[in-house]
Amino acid sequence: MHRILFAMVCVCVALAGPAIVWAQQPAPQQQEEFVPIDELPAQDQLPAAPLLVAAYSFVALALFAYVVSVARRMATVQRELERLESDLKRSGRT
Amino acid sequence: MQKWFVPAAVVCGLMFAIAPVLIAQAPYESTMGLVQKIFYVHLPSAWIFLLSAIVCGVASLRYLFGGNPRHDRTAWAAAELVVLFGAITLITGPLWARKAWGVWWQWDVRLTSSLMGWMVAVAYMLLRKYGGPGSDKLGAGLALFGMANVPFIYISVNYWRTIHPTTNVVPTLPTSFGLPLWFSAVTFLLMFVLLLRLRVRLEEQRSRLDALYLATDE
Repeated sequence: MHRILFAMVCVCVALAGPAIVWAQQPAPQQQEEFVPIDELPAQDQLPAAPLLVAAYSFVALALFAYVVSVARRMATVQRELERLESDLKRSGRT
Repeated sequence: MQKWFVPAAVVCGLMFAIAPVLIAQAPYESTMGLVQKIFYVHLPSAWIFLLSAIVCGVASLRYLFGGNPRHDRTAWAAAELVVLFGAITLITGPLWARKAWGVWWQWDVRLTSSLMGWMVAVAYMLLRKYGGPGSDKLGAGLALFGMANVPFIYISVNYWRTIHPTTNVVPTLPTSFGLPLWFSAVTFLLMFVLLLRLRVRLEEQRSRLDALYLATDE
């Protein structure tokens, strides 16, 4: 417990530096609506693909990892339940 | 597990397969281009992030005043989904912002309050896992703060100076943008319902296990 809390405090301290750098960046203009167009300038298209792929990959991986995590936890609990139920039956208690 | 679960899971899987096709067919936005397509997962995950926090808060409130363990199990399950969908929102947002705003992060009110909401859910999870006896009531109190933060996150962009788009963007979306967004939103909502049910089921099984351990000790 203490080690986890200590690790979390260390992570927060480590993040403080980049956070200050981010805080000093100039704020771009706020956007009010989306307007569709057929074509984009080439320079606007270039760096977008890796960011898009990263975003969609993260969503897919996060959801998949969570489903696997819940399924594994359910399987563990189910095994434990079956073991205890059989122990209780063997000892004559139900 | 209920009868509706498997058919709903199949429908959800199909919708997840169809959603990228609709998103690919949506037009490019004029100023942001290709990277704006992150919007179709960022916004639905943000909505589910807020919905999970509300479900967690309401269930915690009912547990605090009613004492029914069923509500506590729902709150715990929903808190885990706050962490999951909050993480998706907080990761996809900066990936979009890097291209659209030129920065990964801004300490503006929407982003900061969202991060706070996510951290409240993480604190709830840590409290429930390591807090020991009594952590259920303490966690329920903490979940109320998480829920109270939700309206603030939502309306903050309309009242404070921020570079995040306001809540006016979605109602004014043309159909070409709106169709993939709402399809994606329904898909995420269905995913949320399924995951919540699955996670509540896990807590039910754990309660059964605890009862059996007590029976063996007696």
